[in-house]
Amino acid sequence: MMTFLNFFISGISLGSIYAIIALGYTMVYGIAKMLNFAHGDVIMVGAYVCFYAISRFKLPPLAGVALAMIVCTILGMIIERMAYKPLRQAPSLAVLITAIGVSYFLQNTALLLWTSSPKVFPSIIGRGAFKFEFNNFLLEGQLSVSHVIVLTIVTCIIIMLCLTWFTGNTRMGKAMRACSEDKGAAQLMGINVNSTISMTFAIGSGLAAIAGVLLCSAYPTLMPTTGSLPGIKAFTAAVFGGIGSIPGALLGGLLLGVIEIFAKAYISSQLSDAVVFAVLIIVLLVKPAGLLGVQRPEKV
Amino acid sequence: MTYAIVTVAYIIFQVMSSAGLLSSSMRGMLVPICAYMVMAVSLNLVVGVLGELSLGHAGFMSVGAFSGVAAAVLLQNIIPIAALRLTAAMLVGAAFAALAGFIIGIPVLRLKGDYLAIVTLAFGEIIKSLLNNFYLGVDSGGLHFSMLTDNTRLLAGGKLIIRGPMGISGIQKISTFPAGFALTLIALAIVFNLVNSRMGRSFMAIRDDRIAAESVGIDITKYKMMAFVMSAAIAGAAGCLFAMNYSTIVANKFDFNTSILILVFVVLGGQGNMLGSIIAAAALTILPEKLRSFSDYRMLLYAVVLIVVMLGTNNANIRRFFEKLNPFNRNKDEDEAGED
Amino acid sequence: MRKLLALVLAAMLVMSAACAFAAETFKIGGTGPLTGGAAIYGNAAKNGAQLAVDEINAANGYVKFDLRYEDDTHDAEKAVNAYNALKDWGMQVSLSSVTSKPAEATAAENFADRIFGLTPSASAAAVTAGKDNVFQMCFVDPNQGSASAQYIADKKLAKKVAVIWKNDDVYSKGIYDTFVVKAKELGLEVVSDMTFADGNDTDFSVQLKDAQDKGAELVFLPMYYQPASLIFAQAAAMDYAPKWFGVDGMDGILTMEGFDKALAEGVILLTPFNADAKDEKTQKFVAEYQKRHGEVPNQFAADGYDCVYAFAQALENSKAKGSMNAEELCKLMIEQFTTMTFDGLTGANMTWSKNGEVTKDPKGMVIKNGAYVGLD
Repeated sequence: MMTFLNFFISGISLGSIYAIIALGYTMVYGIAKMLNFAHGDVIMVGAYVCFYAISRFKLPPLAGVALAMIVCTILGMIIERMAYKPLRQAPSLAVLITAIGVSYFLQNTALLLWTSSPKVFPSIIGRGAFKFEFNNFLLEGQLSVSHVIVLTIVTCIIIMLCLTWFTGNTRMGKAMRACSEDKGAAQLMGINVNSTISMTFAIGSGLAAIAGVLLCSAYPTLMPTTGSLPGIKAFTAAVFGGIGSIPGALLGGLLLGVIEIFAKAYISSQLSDAVVFAVLIIVLLVKPAGLLGVQRPEKV
Repeated sequence: MTYAIVTVAYIIFQVMSSAGLLSSSMRGMLVPICAYMVMAVSLNLVVGVLGELSLGHAGFMSVGAFSGVAAAVLLQNIIPIAALRLTAAMLVGAAFAALAGFIIGIPVLRLKGDYLAIVTLAFGEIIKSLLNNFYLGVDSGGLHFSMLTDNTRLLAGGKLIIRGPMGISGIQKISTFPAGFALTLIALAIVFNLVNSRMGRSFMAIRDDRIAAESVGIDITKYKMMAFVMSAAIAGAAGCLFAMNYSTIVANKFDFNTSILILVFVVLGGQGNMLGSIIAAAALTILPEKLRSFSDYRMLLYAVVLIVVMLGTNNANIRRFFEKLNPFNRNKDEDEAGED
Repeated sequence: MRKLLALVLAAMLVMSAACAFAAETFKIGGTGPLTGGAAIYGNAAKNGAQLAVDEINAANGYVKFDLRYEDDTHDAEKAVNAYNALKDWGMQVSLSSVTSKPAEATAAENFADRIFGLTPSASAAAVTAGKDNVFQMCFVDPNQGSASAQYIADKKLAKKVAVIWKNDDVYSKGIYDTFVVKAKELGLEVVSDMTFADGNDTDFSVQLKDAQDKGAELVFLPMYYQPASLIFAQAAAMDYAPKWFGVDGMDGILTMEGFDKALAEGVILLTPFNADAKDEKTQKFVAEYQKRHGEVPNQFAADGYDCVYAFAQALENSKAKGSMNAEELCKLMIEQFTTMTFDGLTGANMTWSKNGEVTKDPKGMVIKNGAYVGLD
């Protein structure tokens, strides 16, 4: 029983990391309707910036995170301006390929700038853990939840709440929702679609910086390819929860993490990836728009 | 038209190669280029003609590669002629990939858009994961296979063909450029025949307006399935061709990145445009090799070229300019206009 | 006899050096992952080889080298392309490839083209199998697996052993296979056998918990140091402190920027190279490498360095000429490598068997106070 709970906690930890990356994916997809495959690499850049700020320039951790957010937001806006904006009218696949080009670009720039040697990310809040001792007839043993994970989950929920409030209550947020519903109509209502989408990228990239710092705090190695595989998993999580839905990203991420850990523990560590993706397929067959996604009726 | 260009290119390269005018680097790339061209044609059938995004096409390539190579090893003594053995291997590869395509098609084709894409991605990863844990051996008692660990318990003199994460080693390299060319022509012939038949018109009707197509009585699921299985079979044959050109092959080669690479060929060449896919596949395979002189900046430049080309080909002015240059392309722009 | 020969050769060398002849220049090429996820290994081997080449060229001896490394992104297909590009450049002797699967593919080309290959670090058995002109500078994987099991049993380090290995990696699988067989033979009990793969190489809590619950006293880690660093951190977080046993891929863990060395305290590893070794050769190499690249060289760099020096020795011994083609050199090199003895950074008195495998002593190391200490 205790083992089960410990695995559950591990699953939630892993899931919270997926969730925080997935929030960025879902945000951009929901509004710009594009799969930003470079998101994982923006995460990597954020983590590197924070790493250098803290270990080389000895800045306090919070300043490091802030710096990473600023750099990533600017980077996101530059990428959007240079690579995605000229393709606003192009088919969505063309943008997808450009995003992949951007992803290669970021990875290889990172390789040249920061070399291929893995770095160990400094802990931003220490490596400690909350330990709970249980000694009753049901549970016996120790349950440990590391501080980083608590921070990640709290951050995740705060970001989710902020985003929900932002898209629901501010002018900019409402404009974003309008764009995601119908770009043409939004334009007619006097919304500047271009700048709204640019804004979305800026926010998404800022989130990527936070995700990068948390990813590397929980699993502290950092390489130029650090962001790409978690990026794909997080994208899967976003689809799982219903892409475009903000609470869906959180739910999808957490579930994916828990499923992955349980598959490893109780089915087979060798086939855990296969099990995760099989569950995803089954969920999508039952709910074709993901867990919390809205199925839109087709216009004829 | 497409056939003619491909044939002329083939003859030029074949002559140059036998006259010793090609560098070894170029000669070494001929077969993989053919394999990628066939892959691009195969994926274009799904993405361009059927209008569904597949992110797991390397999975079919993988199934074809592994089953094809295994078949070639088994047939080693039965069919001594290399070309015949390669053909048989490619047929086996195509058959297994088609089977995989059918099994995957059942759930996948019920979905739409990005959800379909993510499920194909998931299947690609599942295939990779399963093949990384698959063991196949042969001995005097016949074929033995096992999952997870090597439980094949081969008799003395038996041979383990597929060894889980170590893949297949010691493959006899029997793929040749003429075989690659032949496969390219066959793939083109199949796809063009499909596109220009009743079935092809149904595909395009489905792509352009699914509901309208359904309302005039087109059995969408059936046609989608046919295209999907056909595409998987072609990909399987390409995978086999590819694998038989190297002495070793592992499941990790056919990962998400390879699927994406093939998708890049298709999008760059123009969806539905087979010749475009072929040219894009050849160009993008050669490009990173030609950039070797930039050493450290090679992949960075590759990324920049990719972005610039995507921006360029989607820029209305540049596109119009190229269309003026190309006398064969008059009726293409109407096709493309209807795509997005 | 051999000593006498060496003496004679040395004497000849002194004489010929005195005559100040023009050096023989050889084109030497290798492929390795210089970009992508495995870039660290390729770049290390390349840098090590480059350092050796610069030293040799500066020494103005009998041999000079022209070195070129091509990127293969840790992929067999790209490795063959890279190899062909080197062939076009006029490569005479080859450093094969840095990682196992690409090396397996290029070794087949080496064999077909009769270009002699000496790989710094591709350790799979399939790289050299059946090829008379492909040799290895590193231990072959199966040997590492059985040597590790032997070591654990001999030193009575543990009875119950757990293994965590990488399920989509040739290197890890190669070591794992023979380790398990040998462990069983020697009466070690493998209580936990868990894997990870590329997509899920961040969270190891399940693997560690399994080892802990099944009472493993020692965890065997046939993997590279990057995932191992995560394993140590996560084990520490769950208060699990078994004995750790690594293989040569573990080398480098102490030089990771930002790594908390306390986590690796007590880790035992079999490695041929030790950057903290006190001998002059190693210290000179480490100092120069650090000066150039700002980091401590790992075993791959040392392997690359040794390969170049081994070539220099073999070429000089056989009086090879820079004007010879690859096939002529191949014949000479096979002759030399199967008969000569070589002292390098990664081992003394190395010899090679006919099938290309190296014989050198693995050094048992244990990490104490953040540094390697020799065992035995």
